[in-house]
Order: sequence, then structure tokens, then C-alpha cells
Amino acid sequence: MKISAIVTLKKDVLDPQGKVVNQTLKNMGYNNIIDVRQGKYFEIELNESNKEKAKKIVEDICKKLLTNSIIEDYKINI
Amino acid sequence: MKSSVIVFPGSNCDRDVAVALEKFQIKSQMVWHNETNLPKSDLVVLPGGFSYGDYLRTGCIASKSKIIDDIIKHANNGGLVLGICNGFQILIETGLLPGVLLRNKKLRFISKNVFLKVENTQNRFCTNYKKKNIIELIIAHNEGNYFASSKTLENLEEKKLIAFKYCDKNGNVNEKSNPNGSSNNIAGILNNKKNILGLMPHPERLIDPILSGSDGSIMFESLTKLN
Repeated sequence: MKISAIVTLKKDVLDPQGKVVNQTLKNMGYNNIIDVRQGKYFEIELNESNKEKAKKIVEDICKKLLTNSIIEDYKINI
Repeated sequence: MKSSVIVFPGSNCDRDVAVALEKFQIKSQMVWHNETNLPKSDLVVLPGGFSYGDYLRTGCIASKSKIIDDIIKHANNGGLVLGICNGFQILIETGLLPGVLLRNKKLRFISKNVFLKVENTQNRFCTNYKKKNIIELIIAHNEGNYFASSKTLENLEEKKLIAFKYCDKNGNVNEKSNPNGSSNNIAGILNNKKNILGLMPHPERLIDPILSGSDGSIMFESLTKLN
């Protein structure tokens, strides 16, 4: 089973890369951009057919390795 | 001969290049990336460094700077453009040179002296390397692993657009003498018209035999020679 996880900085944490991308897009003429936040995307392939179990494993992975819970959030997509 | 050194937030070899240019009587002026008009120049230098902290992709944000449109015009009119290290990465992101620079194969920042074989001396940057075609320069980068489609690589080889290849001190170009995993040991390439050169090694750091070496001087001598 394949599960993806998106890790982003928490809403209140400064994201300098996202800010620079936002500013660059504005310089390029995209005037309707409000905000850009940059994150990380992981595709995790598991040897587990039970959806709930797989989700739990990935949640565990996100907590233990992929994110730092002080500054980052994660979203899991099955 | 007049040159412009483009300065981006995070450039850190801009002054070194300016010193090197002045040493060989090439007038230089610093041009801030936010300028929209490129001063009249024979040569534009994109210096090394970490423009915009390498955000998104190395050289990517810098390649969208205001001054870049004028640099592309300058290049299309046959003006000389030299991109060193981060400058090479910026040239790649603007599309003026083909391919891409990936992270070094061993995922480490490499800072050391390397030997290079000068593969093409029929261009404004390398004419004087006819007298010495195995040279020693410094590399200092994390993303210098040149990669391109096999079609692009064939085209580069066929049209002799590869200016420098990594080699050992005897000039052997092989996997052992490849510091970063670059395809075909590529260290620097030219565009079709050969007025644009991008390279990862730093010629501006080897312009004084007392401090480092003089193999970089030969490039600046070449630039002045034909003018």
C-alpha cells in the first residue's frame, strides 16, 4: 500500500523559502498570489494491506522521524 | 574591456572576481540584481556564492531577478557571459545553458583542488589554455553534479561545447578523477555560439602564484587577449 505524507511548517512559524518564492512570483507578475508556504512530500510504500494499520504506522513515522512537532504539521493521504 | 559583476543577495565571490578582472586590466563594476538596465559591458560575470540561500533550487530565484532579462539580451547579441559556480547554476536556471546541476553524488560539500582538462580552446575564455591544457583549479560546491539527457550530452560532445572535464594530474578523464558524479566528467560548458561559459571550478581564486596558483589567470588573460 502507498501512503503519502505532507510535512509543512506550522502556520505561525516563519517560512523564509515560501516568502522568497512568494516575492519572486510577484516580481514575475503574478499579482493575485496571497501566500506561499513550502513543505516536504513523502511517498511511503508499505507491506501492509489493512488501511487503518497502515495509516497508524505512517502516523507513527511522521511523529518519530518526518516532523519536529514544535514547528511542523503533517497530513496523511491514503 | 568592460565587465559587469552581478551581485545577488548571498553572492560571496563577487569581490574575488572583481579583483581578478582588475588584475588583468578588465574594468569591472558591481551591478545589483534589482537593476533593470545592464551598463554597457563586453563581459557579464555571474559570481559564485549562495544566491537566495539556495532556496527552492540552486540559482533558481536569482534566475528570475530583474537584471536577468538584460543579461539574456546581452548574451543573445553575442556579449560574453561567464558564470562561475553559483553563476553556472544561475545560467542553467535561466536556460542559457542546457542541463542541470544535481547534488554531488556523495551528498557532501566538496572543497578541494582538482585537475581539469581543457577540451575546447576555440573560444574567448580559453584561447590561452592552448599552452597548458591540464590545469589545477579549486572547486567548492554542494550541487555540481552535471546531468543532462543523453541527447544533450551527445550534442555537447559532438559540437565540442564542453570546455572543461575533471581529470587526474596526467589528464586521464575517468570515474576516479570525477569528484562529484558529473556526466562525462563535465566541469564547464559553452553555449552553441561559445559566448557563454558556465563552470563549477573557481578560476578567480587562482590568479596569484604566491597565494594559490596561476591556472585561473590564463582565463582572464584569454579574455583580454582578443580585445
